[in-house]
Amino acid sequence: MKAALKIPKSLDFQRLGLKVGLEIHQQLETSRKLFCECPPITVSHEELAKAPRIRRELRVAKSELGEIDVAAAFEVQRGRVFEYIAPPSASCLVELDEEPPHEMSREALVIGLAIALALHAKPVDEVHVMRKIVVDGSNTTGFQRTAIIAMNGYVDTSFGKVGIQTVTLEEDAARKIEEHDNVVVYALDRLGIPLVEISTAPDIHSPEQAKEVAETIGILMRLTGKVKRGLGTIRQDINLSISGSPKIEIKGVQRLELLPKVIANEARRLYGLLMIRDELRRRNVKPNDVMSQKPVDVTDLLRDCGSRIVRSALQRGERVYALKLPKFDGILGIELQEGRRFGTELADYVKQWTGLKGLIHSDELPAYGITEDYVQAIRDRLEMGNLDAFVIVIGPTNKVLRALDIVKERAAYAVIGIPKETRAANDDGTTRYMRPQPGAARMYPETDIPPIVVTDELLNEARKLVPPPPTEELTKLVNTYGLSRDLAKQILLSGYLRVFEDLAKECRSFSPSMIASVFTSVAGELRKLGIELSEIPDAVIREVILVADSMNLGKDGLVALLMEVGKRGVKIPEKVRELVEALGIKPLDLESVRKEVEEVINNHMNEIMARGERAFSFVMGKVMSRLRGRVDGKLVAKIVMEELSKIFKG
Amino acid sequence: MSTEDPLPGYGGRLRDLLESKGARVGCRVRIIREPGEIIEGILMPKHSLSNPRTIIVKLDNGYNIGVDVESVKEFCVIECREVKRASTTKLAMDSSKPLVTIIGTGGTIASRVEYETGAVKPVMDPEDLVELMPELKEIARLRTFVLFNILSENMTPHHWEMIASKVHELLSEDPSQGIVIAHGTDTMSYTAAALAFSLQKLPRPIVLVGAQRSSDRPSTDAALNFVSSVLASIELKVGEVVVCMHGTTEDTYSLAHRGVKVRKMHSSRRDAFQSINDVPIAKIYPRERRVIITTSRYIPPHRPEELEARIGFDDRVALVKAYPGFQPEIIDFLVDRKFHGIVIEGTGLGHITEQAIKSIERAVQEGIPVVMTTQTLFGRVNMNVYTTGRKLLSVGVIPGNDMLPEVAYVKLSWILHIDRDMNFVKRMMLQNLVLEMNPFHRVDLFPRWFHG
Ligand SMILES: [Zn+2]
Repeated sequence: MKAALKIPKSLDFQRLGLKVGLEIHQQLETSRKLFCECPPITVSHEELAKAPRIRRELRVAKSELGEIDVAAAFEVQRGRVFEYIAPPSASCLVELDEEPPHEMSREALVIGLAIALALHAKPVDEVHVMRKIVVDGSNTTGFQRTAIIAMNGYVDTSFGKVGIQTVTLEEDAARKIEEHDNVVVYALDRLGIPLVEISTAPDIHSPEQAKEVAETIGILMRLTGKVKRGLGTIRQDINLSISGSPKIEIKGVQRLELLPKVIANEARRLYGLLMIRDELRRRNVKPNDVMSQKPVDVTDLLRDCGSRIVRSALQRGERVYALKLPKFDGILGIELQEGRRFGTELADYVKQWTGLKGLIHSDELPAYGITEDYVQAIRDRLEMGNLDAFVIVIGPTNKVLRALDIVKERAAYAVIGIPKETRAANDDGTTRYMRPQPGAARMYPETDIPPIVVTDELLNEARKLVPPPPTEELTKLVNTYGLSRDLAKQILLSGYLRVFEDLAKECRSFSPSMIASVFTSVAGELRKLGIELSEIPDAVIREVILVADSMNLGKDGLVALLMEVGKRGVKIPEKVRELVEALGIKPLDLESVRKEVEEVINNHMNEIMARGERAFSFVMGKVMSRLRGRVDGKLVAKIVMEELSKIFKG
Repeated sequence: MSTEDPLPGYGGRLRDLLESKGARVGCRVRIIREPGEIIEGILMPKHSLSNPRTIIVKLDNGYNIGVDVESVKEFCVIECREVKRASTTKLAMDSSKPLVTIIGTGGTIASRVEYETGAVKPVMDPEDLVELMPELKEIARLRTFVLFNILSENMTPHHWEMIASKVHELLSEDPSQGIVIAHGTDTMSYTAAALAFSLQKLPRPIVLVGAQRSSDRPSTDAALNFVSSVLASIELKVGEVVVCMHGTTEDTYSLAHRGVKVRKMHSSRRDAFQSINDVPIAKIYPRERRVIITTSRYIPPHRPEELEARIGFDDRVALVKAYPGFQPEIIDFLVDRKFHGIVIEGTGLGHITEQAIKSIERAVQEGIPVVMTTQTLFGRVNMNVYTTGRKLLSVGVIPGNDMLPEVAYVKLSWILHIDRDMNFVKRMMLQNLVLEMNPFHRVDLFPRWFHG
């Protein structure tokens, strides 16, 4: 890969002028959805598979100002059809946009106000629900219903106060299931679940501070005891800029741990784009040099090249076009984020605007079975100089030409600066282009819903839910249960504070730290195995822990049992004991443990003697592989130690 | 906005305050609320259900919020500018395409939102329609005519006459043009029936169209309905009045329903309009530009000179519903007040409490025709089966066959305007004029309901 520049990996964010604002979205735990009587739940795959599917289109009317919003125009040109799965147990005619919305859930408003008060925000006197135009299909109406309920608050952090600009109450969007052949499939169960959105001021100046703000706000919301927990119930969006860049939006960071990484990566990308701009200017590239280029059909040149991508495309009757990017040599290969180059940025534009797979650029060639000879042939056909670069796009002619227009515009803009984009966070902490940023003219009143006066009665109800400051709770956990500060914070973030406190009081053998780990590190391990702790009812989790505690199963036994419960989707606590019996889990008495240990030692005497004093972990491993889940590891360790010492002393 | 009320919805002391500061809707204002809290934004019109003490402000982020005037420490106007008006690009219509005239009568079919105030304004310029639905210009050359702009619940027989006269005028002027009437959905089927009786032996379809979701929403059903109706007005080869609306809850096809057999069967769904006791005349796939006739039973187009126009309705007709405990004095009242005709929406096969028979008999004797229909909507009346039915027949009640109560109401009103002679009325009511009666009820005309 050729690259003209190296973008530094560690940057001084202070000097970059990094400014970050967060938008934190949290699902609320209410008895119904925000604007209808449906339960705010997501349904199983089985129910989705059987549910009716309805196909719709969305259109955008020009606003009275005579402008179609760029983001809306972007969606419309994609011409996609939307298919909505309407599970009967979690959606009704309101979600299908076949019935006007009902009045706003008062319960949701009270919880929202409580969160606002905890953030020192001032509630508005009358709540007005707005329609925010969103035409990517995630809302059947083509807009999201949203309302500001409070403004002008703040949150304390160790770096100082961070302003809270607005607290809004809004409906969650439909759940995207899949996308194929220009059809996007959404499930309607999530649509309409009440969501609180907290927007901070751009007062955050480092990735670590962003994490602290998100954690503090997250803990505060969880402490109300009225918010949903589990993956996808809290989502962070980021607004970010550095000096000389526009404000970039990044959507959908689901895991808090990823937040600092996403911010650092994006700041680096912006800095890199500024470096690219300066380099292009140094090379004296003018936007028009790029815009005046014409795509050239190179299908015939590549007809016999060994590339599989090209061959299968040609079999489908598709074409290959190349576009010269004058004086861009080495620019397309510049790495902006881990594994993402300027060429990747261009490819993302192609994917998003045309639905094609992407592009191939000269800095990465020869590759993909396109050898040097073919590269040279393309260079000759395009009459390229040494400093020039090219991209090729493969697909149906009309889409390819559209794609190369998009590439041209994006590449030309690199000379001017950084485009205003809405990006998405990838799982590895990098970001990718999603769409142009929506303008401001996309809100209008939701006339179907009457305004709501924020009465003293509502505020009084809200005040009852306002939690104590997170620091107070943290200190309490450390002092009462002897948790480390970090574990205490994790418990607060997990949303399982109440469950944890009850168990810490009731368990005899498990320590509070051990119980806390179930809701933090163990939950993480289970997730890797595809089991979401949040999908196991609290009562069942409680029962598992109490049973394991009373049977002296140890941590391993507890985790193993929890896994079984998760895998089998046990929903009622009474089933836990039945499962324990069915699986033949019995607490082992000391004698049988000792017998197992003796047996292992006898069977492996040679290995043990060879290892000498280091035989402990060897024996431990063998014994635990037989007893795991049935006995506390600590107890086994004690016995192994005793038995081994007999041998070595003797 | 400038010629209208500068402070729509604001009243009382709040209005006095705003006026004293020179504020009007659209002005940028600054409010100091509580110590130190500054709110800046555009003054917005009041929502009709908003608290009288609330000032509504649109913030720079696009949100509206309500501020209680009691919590305002300071209020000032920063500036007042005229709202920018949209400049619509004038699109030339393709003169090779067939002409379609759109008659506007109101309703949600064509409207757009004014983002600055949130006001929804009706849209009727051909250019605006094409802007909302670009595919229209590939189908037709549009011309629009706004007859009036009222909510459909406010329609009267007088409005039916105005619409019918306009259609008659258009047909006389150029019978080759397509004719589409944009109408509010609530009473669209009444108007459809009125046109069907007024203008018989039509040379082409007359298409009524509406929307259940206004066109300012991205999810509007107006586009599919409207494009379908323009298409049907050109390509559907029947001489009937039809209502063109969504066939299902999906954006796939529209249905052209016979105007005298269609009914709004749901308060909000897109596919609320369905044919009752009949099959729709055609399916229209606007994306594929296909119009498929779904029945062999329809009135074919007539030669233009065959058109029979008799426009006029008697507005002294009442539609009365039968129910347990029905008070016969309702009928007595109508007779006393010299009403000209009564349609009863009876129970079952066409019944009403025996208690009312005396009053009904008196009505008929005083020359007031009484027509019996059924509130079951599906199925037809048959007054020979039970005693009450036979008694009603014997006192002179006219059975309405399988006509929808609303259609019988419109038909009676139209007949009475021609002649109030009882025999004439009876003969006309029993005659199937524009397929308002369907003698054959296939078993599958009754919908399959959800049974859990
Ligand atoms: Zn619902």
